[in-house]
Amino acid sequence: MEQNEKAPQDKPSRQKPDEVTRRESFIKLGLGSVAVAGCGAAVFGYEFLSPNVLYEPSPIANLGKPDRFPPDSVTPDPVAGVYIIHAAEGLYALSATCTHLGCFTAWKPELGIIACPCHGSKFNRLGIKIDGPAPRPLPRLKVWVNDEGDLLVDRSTIAPPDQFVRT
Amino acid sequence: MAKAIEGYWNDLRGTKVWRSVFRSGAGSSNLHRSLAVQQNIFLHLASVKMRRRSLAFSVTWYLGTLTLATFITLTGSGILLMLYYHPSVPQAYADMKDLQFVVSAGVFLRNLHRWSAHAMVFLVFAHMFKVFYRGAYRPPREFNWVIGVILLLVTLFLSYTGYLLPWDQLAFWAITVGSNIMSAVPVLGAKLRFLMLGGNTVNANALLRFYVLHCVILPLLAALFIAVHFWRIRKDGGLYTGKAETHG
Repeated sequence: MEQNEKAPQDKPSRQKPDEVTRRESFIKLGLGSVAVAGCGAAVFGYEFLSPNVLYEPSPIANLGKPDRFPPDSVTPDPVAGVYIIHAAEGLYALSATCTHLGCFTAWKPELGIIACPCHGSKFNRLGIKIDGPAPRPLPRLKVWVNDEGDLLVDRSTIAPPDQFVRT
Repeated sequence: MAKAIEGYWNDLRGTKVWRSVFRSGAGSSNLHRSLAVQQNIFLHLASVKMRRRSLAFSVTWYLGTLTLATFITLTGSGILLMLYYHPSVPQAYADMKDLQFVVSAGVFLRNLHRWSAHAMVFLVFAHMFKVFYRGAYRPPREFNWVIGVILLLVTLFLSYTGYLLPWDQLAFWAITVGSNIMSAVPVLGAKLRFLMLGGNTVNANALLRFYVLHCVILPLLAALFIAVHFWRIRKDGGLYTGKAETHG
């Protein structure tokens, strides 16, 4: 644009209005390359920041022999971060991680409820919220007995509410 | 005696070495004084002239300057704390305890860092309230308010990332809760949390990432935006004094 303004008026511009100059095409090429490189850098940056190997505990934890859990009881396992409940239908496991903001809940035997110390959410032994800000019930986790007769829990798999391990 | 000191001082300012560093030279003319500010890399962010009223305590309560003072204190004490702190799971908590009970002056530096951090957050808010209620954010200073909001966020992130480093129960659960708040961001939340923690739980990767953010990335960002913030004061016509101003 600046060039056109400075061009002497008696000398007609040889450039047609819709013609692309070499400079313009090089600028487009350059900007395009920068855009492609930018997208590539974003992808590589994202990949770099996402760890490919995590040294985190396995989601599957061994809870020991099922006869550890007496009938009609709630047993916290603070290492695995789960509760093992022995109901009339059998054994099931609840995650001990509060669905509000991830705090570790505690079983209160004197009240018969699960309570979160951070923001006061309360759950019954089915994991259903009684009180507080938690948006969802405590998830029921998949439990099964392996070949050695140990009760295992998979903390990454949510089980349907009608699934129990019979003892 | 005072005369003699003044004489030595003036001789020093006339030496070749001094003149090679401070090219403006000695002199008390307005030009000399202006050049002394303008040609100094640290002072050139400030204006060469200012209204006498803008230096009055009532105008700013010196809240911005005090915030800068806490930032400098935090940088100094933080660098010293880094000499004894390893950002690793087995060592972080023990190093923090060593700083309190074993390292000479460690408890002083740690408490200085902690109280300065609280003071900085308080002063940033106080500074912003002062600016807001005096109307000092209004044009032509509206962009410096935006820079100020960025600096508020950087300050809060510095505070948040520093909170994890003692690696005690308070730190662990505070960061667990905080990072779960982040996962409430629509669509991207869970991914953002994963990237920030470098995993699914607050663990070794999270500790290292927070350490790098706290000690390198966020302080650099803060220093950059502080420089822009101060430079903008000059560019926007000096501090707002509350008197009628004319803008050319």
